[in-house]
Amino acid sequence: MSGVLAIVEEHGGSFARSAGAVVSAAAMVASNLDTRVEAIVLGDSGVQERAASLGTFGARKVTVVTHPVLASYHPDGYLEALEPLVGDGEYDAVLLAASDQGKDLAPRLAARLDVPLLQEATGLSVDGGRVIVTRPVYAGKAVLSATSDVAPLLATLRASAFTELGGGSPAEVEVITPSLDAEAWPMRIVSHRSTGEGLPDVSEASVIVSGGRGLGGPEHWGVMEELRRALGPEATLGASRAVVDAGWRPHSEQVGQTGKTVSPRLYFAVGISGAVQHLAGMRTAGTIVAINKDPDAPIFKVADYGVVGDAFEIVPRLAEEIRSLKESGASDSGRSA
Amino acid sequence: MKIVVCVKRVPDTETRIRIDAQGLGIDPAGVKHVVSPYDEFALEAALRLKDETACEVSVMTIGGEECVETLRTCLAMGADRAVLLRGAFGQDGLAIAKALAEALTADSPDLLLFGLKAADDDQQQVGPMVGTLMGHPCATAVASFGVEGERVICEREVEGGVQTVTLPLPSVLTITKGAHQPRYPSLKGIMAAKKKPMEIREALAGPQRISVRKLELPPERDAGRIVGEGVGAVPELVRLLAQEARVL
Repeated sequence: MSGVLAIVEEHGGSFARSAGAVVSAAAMVASNLDTRVEAIVLGDSGVQERAASLGTFGARKVTVVTHPVLASYHPDGYLEALEPLVGDGEYDAVLLAASDQGKDLAPRLAARLDVPLLQEATGLSVDGGRVIVTRPVYAGKAVLSATSDVAPLLATLRASAFTELGGGSPAEVEVITPSLDAEAWPMRIVSHRSTGEGLPDVSEASVIVSGGRGLGGPEHWGVMEELRRALGPEATLGASRAVVDAGWRPHSEQVGQTGKTVSPRLYFAVGISGAVQHLAGMRTAGTIVAINKDPDAPIFKVADYGVVGDAFEIVPRLAEEIRSLKESGASDSGRSA
Repeated sequence: MKIVVCVKRVPDTETRIRIDAQGLGIDPAGVKHVVSPYDEFALEAALRLKDETACEVSVMTIGGEECVETLRTCLAMGADRAVLLRGAFGQDGLAIAKALAEALTADSPDLLLFGLKAADDDQQQVGPMVGTLMGHPCATAVASFGVEGERVICEREVEGGVQTVTLPLPSVLTITKGAHQPRYPSLKGIMAAKKKPMEIREALAGPQRISVRKLELPPERDAGRIVGEGVGAVPELVRLLAQEARVL
């Protein structure tokens, strides 16, 4: 048997934002290899009812692996549950989201299956029966195209760089309940505390409002927050290395080398001059907007749209205009929300 | 306690990258190299533990002779000894992990630290691979940790939050920035580094199974336009975002 496998994430009974993109990417590869797409989801039993819906993106079969101890991610448990299923599948390619969870799990799976791994793919193609992965290296200063010499090709995908397919029919669903013993796992998860108010992670968000030293101090982030809120639930906050090094913002928000490389649909750079390592980290964004008081700032060289001036005047007005656009129902995302 | 910190020599993050004539790698001319920033965080974490308790901190890397310089920097920061696993490795992180795991099995450290990811390949995989190969538990993206008895308690940076986990020793951690602002080597440290043990062994040369097809610069973005100056430009910006770029 062969095929392409998408390992998708669920959180609290719902599929992660990345699920559609990962299954769609798998479907694209499978169609080029003339084979079929399967998906696996691990979780508590809640996700079962939604499993067939992955057919929309092209999955023919969805295996739901349920067990109470799989309700939240634990690397030892997920590895134990997945290894036999992936190992026996003789897949051509196995794809996961390049989320924190995916990037934590994939290397362990690679070591167990004895196959190499390519993390954070932003492109997939098929050439002469081989799956080619493109991925940013040097934090986006260069792009590598590479392939694995052995099957399955194992890769994590930056979901925001892939397009969701649609229109497929419901998938066949198989439910498996493995025998798992959480007591046997050496790592213990003691607690989890939320810090991001449920905002999407900067590496996954489709809209990023990023601030730099031009904002003058951490106490001035209110305007950034206002713009983020105006842009809706898909938007999150980002930061330049300078402001993270200064302790104004958490490292989890940092965009660029030593932070995160991002590919959102829309990126706002506010008060960010545009150091080489920052530009590298966000240059694959769909549309870049720069707001900076220095008309010679390098950020304007990569921005699609620039406004020169004081962020404290421009950003609140921008938030206001976007709010009224959305309220009038004239925006694309306003219609779909 | 024995701590080993695995580090990587990478081009300085401020370096401009040029592609070599074959289009498969970077042009090394004029490229300055540094210890990968996340690996510096890992080394700093180890050195802080050493400041508080009795432990031996080793640094290990894999690559060519030029890595000796990278290891000397780590010794100057305060590591006690260094090991270079000599070998030529490419993009296959699993081949690197196997070579490290083989070497580390002989050293049997209590705690094995890696940077979360290397600043060049950005593959974020060798740490958990080594853990899995050696049968040691591994926590990734650790912002802070402490050792209590036979367990290590870690705060992990995860999407939207902080997770606290504990692992038995020996274990593998990959370290993120947290409060690990790396120390600068002191003059005394630099002098002392010259006398510290530097061991060179041959790396396990297994198959490398990632084939590079091409390395290229990302497409240049077309020069954008300045919509205007000041708050008066905002309505036009919003109109362009909504109607031209169609991203609102």
